[in-house]
Amino acid sequence: MYSMILKRLGIGAITVVAVSVIIFLGTKVLPGDAAQIRLGQSATPEAVAALRAELGLDLPIYQQYLQWFGNFITGNLGQSLSNPDVQITSLIADRYENTLIVSVLTAIIGVPISLALGVMAAMFPGSIYDRILTFTSVTLVAAPEFFTATLMVLIFVFALGIGNAVVVGSTEGKDLFQLIAHFALPIATLCFVIASQLIRMSRAAVLNVMSSPYIEMAILKGVPRKRIILRHALFNAIGPIVNVVALNLAYLVTGVIVIEIYFGYQGLASLIVQGVQTRDFVLIQGLGMIFCGTYVVLMLAADIAAIVSNPRLRHPK
Amino acid sequence: MTDTTQTTQSSDAGEHYVAPFDANVSFDELQDAPPPAKFKLSITGWVGAIVVGFWLIVAITGPFIAPFGENELPFPDDYSEYQTPRLGDATDPETGEERGFFAQVYNGALMGTDAEDRDILSRIMYGAGRTIGISFVATTIAYFLGVILGIGAAVAGPRVDMIVSRINDAFLSLPSIMLGLVMVAAFGSTIPVLIVCAGLIYTTVVYRLARGIGMDIMVMDYVEAAKVRGEGIWWIVTKEIWPNAAMPLISDFGLRLIYVILFISSLSFLGLGVQPPQADWGNMVKENLGALQYGESIIPVVAPAVAIATLTVGINLIVDDISAHAGGKLSKRM
Amino acid sequence: MSDDDIVFETKDLRIHAMRDDGSELPIVKGVDIQVKRGQVVALIGESGSGKTTISLSSLGYCKPGLVWGGGEANLLGHDVTKMDTEELRPFRGEKVAYLAQSAAATFNPSIRINEQVTEAPVLHGTKTQEEANKRANELYHALELPNPDSIGDRYPHQVSGGQLQRLMAAMALCGDPDLLVLDEPTTALDVTTQIEVLKAFKKVIKEEGAAAIYVTHDLAVVAQIADYIVVLYSGEIKEKGPVDVIVNNPQHPYTQRLMAAVRPTPSAGMGDGADGSHRREAPALEARAVDAGYGKGSDGKPLVQILRDVNVTIERGHTVGVIGESGCGKSTLARVMAGLLPPFGGQINLDGGELPGALTSRKRSELQKIQFVYQMADTALNPRQRIGDILGRPLEFYHNLRGEKKRERVQQLLELVELPKEFAARFPHELSGGQKQRVNLARSMAAEPEVMLCDEVTSALDSIVGANVIKLLKGLRKETGVSFVFISHDLSTVASFADEIVVLYAGRVAEKGPVDQVLAPPFHPYTRLLISSVPEMRVGWLEETMGSREALAGISRGVTITKVGCPFFDRCPVAIDGTCDKIDPPKRADPHGHGHVIECHREIDELMAETAYAQAQIDAADAAANAGGEA
Ligand code: SF4
Repeated sequence: MYSMILKRLGIGAITVVAVSVIIFLGTKVLPGDAAQIRLGQSATPEAVAALRAELGLDLPIYQQYLQWFGNFITGNLGQSLSNPDVQITSLIADRYENTLIVSVLTAIIGVPISLALGVMAAMFPGSIYDRILTFTSVTLVAAPEFFTATLMVLIFVFALGIGNAVVVGSTEGKDLFQLIAHFALPIATLCFVIASQLIRMSRAAVLNVMSSPYIEMAILKGVPRKRIILRHALFNAIGPIVNVVALNLAYLVTGVIVIEIYFGYQGLASLIVQGVQTRDFVLIQGLGMIFCGTYVVLMLAADIAAIVSNPRLRHPK
Repeated sequence: MTDTTQTTQSSDAGEHYVAPFDANVSFDELQDAPPPAKFKLSITGWVGAIVVGFWLIVAITGPFIAPFGENELPFPDDYSEYQTPRLGDATDPETGEERGFFAQVYNGALMGTDAEDRDILSRIMYGAGRTIGISFVATTIAYFLGVILGIGAAVAGPRVDMIVSRINDAFLSLPSIMLGLVMVAAFGSTIPVLIVCAGLIYTTVVYRLARGIGMDIMVMDYVEAAKVRGEGIWWIVTKEIWPNAAMPLISDFGLRLIYVILFISSLSFLGLGVQPPQADWGNMVKENLGALQYGESIIPVVAPAVAIATLTVGINLIVDDISAHAGGKLSKRM
Repeated sequence: MSDDDIVFETKDLRIHAMRDDGSELPIVKGVDIQVKRGQVVALIGESGSGKTTISLSSLGYCKPGLVWGGGEANLLGHDVTKMDTEELRPFRGEKVAYLAQSAAATFNPSIRINEQVTEAPVLHGTKTQEEANKRANELYHALELPNPDSIGDRYPHQVSGGQLQRLMAAMALCGDPDLLVLDEPTTALDVTTQIEVLKAFKKVIKEEGAAAIYVTHDLAVVAQIADYIVVLYSGEIKEKGPVDVIVNNPQHPYTQRLMAAVRPTPSAGMGDGADGSHRREAPALEARAVDAGYGKGSDGKPLVQILRDVNVTIERGHTVGVIGESGCGKSTLARVMAGLLPPFGGQINLDGGELPGALTSRKRSELQKIQFVYQMADTALNPRQRIGDILGRPLEFYHNLRGEKKRERVQQLLELVELPKEFAARFPHELSGGQKQRVNLARSMAAEPEVMLCDEVTSALDSIVGANVIKLLKGLRKETGVSFVFISHDLSTVASFADEIVVLYAGRVAEKGPVDQVLAPPFHPYTRLLISSVPEMRVGWLEETMGSREALAGISRGVTITKVGCPFFDRCPVAIDGTCDKIDPPKRADPHGHGHVIECHREIDELMAETAYAQAQIDAADAAANAGGEA
């Protein structure tokens, strides 16, 4: 089992490197280079050449890559193109907080509730409760994030008169509950977005296990329904469920960007959009690595959890 | 049972009973599996089909039947933003008469106007073709490339498969929105770029699907039988694999289309997709977000958001029926 | 016998299947059965007969998609068809226990064995955990499981299939149920393992005095274990009666057909009389010193070697049966011959000329001469092609037949395999299992091959259907003179169809020769084990077999592939320590046989004597049993 986990970790590391190559090359093949952009169209060729040398842009591409990747690992993301005096690291440091808070709170609140709902739906397949839940999640799963967000705003802000359609104010000095209140609508929206996926897939995972012969055997042994689900089914559904959770947390990465723009608070998403609009490739590289890295780590965690939860691997012959 | 039982003897071990029989009746092999059921849409599936059909008609005919032009101003003299259909506060532009809601009907601005005084209904009708068109073409590209590469990798053997799949995995491990952002940053937000970009990004997903299906079929005995017969690669792909792969692939198209629509709309919503003043449902939400946030009007945001949601949910309702028919196999593959 | 003795009884029981469109299709059509205390009632029939459905009714259980259609199923006087799940719980696992066909799928992979075995009585509150553990431990001993004191701490994947099957019996018996339901519990096992499990079942059923319902399609197994037989066809009882009446004097034509389809016990004299008289110069197909395996090792050899020095010759017009347990390399041999797995040593000859090992380097005319017939017609026929196209393709491909000529030939082929001509327009899923297998054969015949490689072609079919396919194959052989390589794990089928037999064990030829010679002494020890493991259609066979020496010498052990020496060493009752496990056994020719060869360190005479000794043992056991019966 440990060798398999090590192998997965190795694959994960390779993936991170591959991703970094894609991001690096992706931003390299673009028309124009950093020196030119920084100095503007009016700069003299000499000045551009000088800056190129200073930034290491005249080196062969693989050296540039190694330098960049080395810097990235040591936490140096370089300087912004659109604003040469600003370190990307400090730009990110200013903004990451809100994004992190929203993602983590969503995960903490949304995942357990959705899983519980999904498993409950699987416990009573075909019941009214199951049908309502399935229908709602089939509907919401295909709807875009900003539709769900609009729905939230309509219900809470317009119909109930609670909260605000924009998130304003600082998070400074707020405790957990105040933070949740502060980001109530973004978190609620994201919870709905991931819940629709999670409910559907965790229900399917449990139902899949429920149709296996050993569950039929448990029924024929007269095992009560509750114990069948909790002792016999859930244990074997852990692998698939963890996978579902990881997939959805990775999905949060996208959702978080859209939701941030929608509710207009300051986080990493607006930084990315700004980077794309100003074609600040250094900024895009840095943020791209952070988002993609998170994604890869989550997938890796799911893989490893699936290995650990497999009795065949945990207790080899 | 009253009819003639042939023999009934009782002994210690139990009675002996023989059912009446007709010596001429043969005992054919019993059929164990009933024939597969025909595919039928459920009620929700029909709702989905009607909604999707409606949007397809709008997408095609929209620009011709829209009451106003895409960027035309229905109330050129009225500078107040957000004409929302409310009773009693709109005036007939010609007579200056208060017409209430009917003034809007008279002018055709059924849903009112947006932040720049354009008719929302007309923009939705123009946007329909754009959103659906871009997504459809992009999905088709993704299918074309993905299926060729995926089936190719499945047929070409482990070495080619290994290389192509590894590269594909690397791209798959990037969130699609990040890939999209990088590409848009590089090549600009024009519609062709968007189409190619979405097409390429979703090629990776289709590749994995097609490869999986191809692999499943490759190990079937009938493919091996064709190989043992000495058939060439062309026969195996076109006659043995493709007919069996087509159905599951085609039924997955709808699901992929949903994701592409959501992707394009999200990009547009971020201001990086279809660029104003061209109407697209995603950028319409973005442009009018302020109206919602400051409580001025809800229709300019709600209308395009609902448009996308009804379209994607409608497709999903159909897809759900199809995958239920295929025994849920599709949803497992995602 | 009073009515109190009736454990389970159905009265006009009806069960329906729910169709997609909401209509109901009767599956069980008014069945009356009775199971008395201490009695084993066998339900026999082919797939689709409703036997499993009826047996499950005793647990008040309908498989998903089925509904009760009427009648009663009384368990200890309570009608279980009228109860809901909660009311049924005290009965299930407590009064009635179920043993499924596949123990591997029936044990929960993530829970230790002991917890699963003891779960029912502990949950029902009839035993404390300690009592249940003690009972389970007794059962592990009674079922002769290895390491009975620690086996419960293992996870299901850590024990072998035959052991799991017995552990499932322990699980069923742990709650001391009044009724046991056994659903084809030995069908998935190898013959040699089957005996052992059967023996264990029989012993515990007898000792516990429980009543049992035994579901199977195998009459020979039934004869060993049942007291009373119920013959089912299409959800109706065709005949029922005490076991000796049904076995010796079946009345209903369907029962008679079932009995006729039972394969005879393999013995000398049942082959088609290959005495070497019609031998010609060049054999049709020949494997010479073939070594083959899977995976790629570092030294050019495969990672897992299966076949080691295999020599097989298929004479023109002859049928060679290849026999052995699963894992012995039977299919590997066929795949090497077909070119699907290039050997890394030795060669394959066709018509005296060497054949390239890999499929891709063989010529079309060479491919045409060797045709492979797959076991599962379901996966061997492309579901998207019509039967006409499936049969037409080889005609077009090898013989360039097109248009009208092709169509005519397709019809001839359908006629040849006794199918109606209209089938040409059908898709495979519109055919039954036996019909598909016929199409599968016809496709190979279409190539007009010299050799057909048939890999377990009857194993997936019901006995009557399988017997008909064998009959068809015999007809084809007569008409076309084609040679067959007939692979099967079932010695009786091979013996009734082949001219020569090759016995494979762990990738090596243990014995080969004409059927009559292989099935008569002298035997290779493995051949004798195989022969003695085939259940015979008579009461008392099981006890005899268990009394003879092979049984003691490791029937239960699995096949292990060795690099040197005789792979049968660890199971062989007459193994010579230090020789058999170190040196490859010599090929000994039987002086009386026509090409009969035994690979063994023991001399032919020794093997002869060995057989006589074993026979004496059997007779002694017989005598003892008779004496016991009379006393
Ligand atoms: S060679 Fe030895 S171990 Fe093998 S069968 Fe003969 S006596 Fe037994």
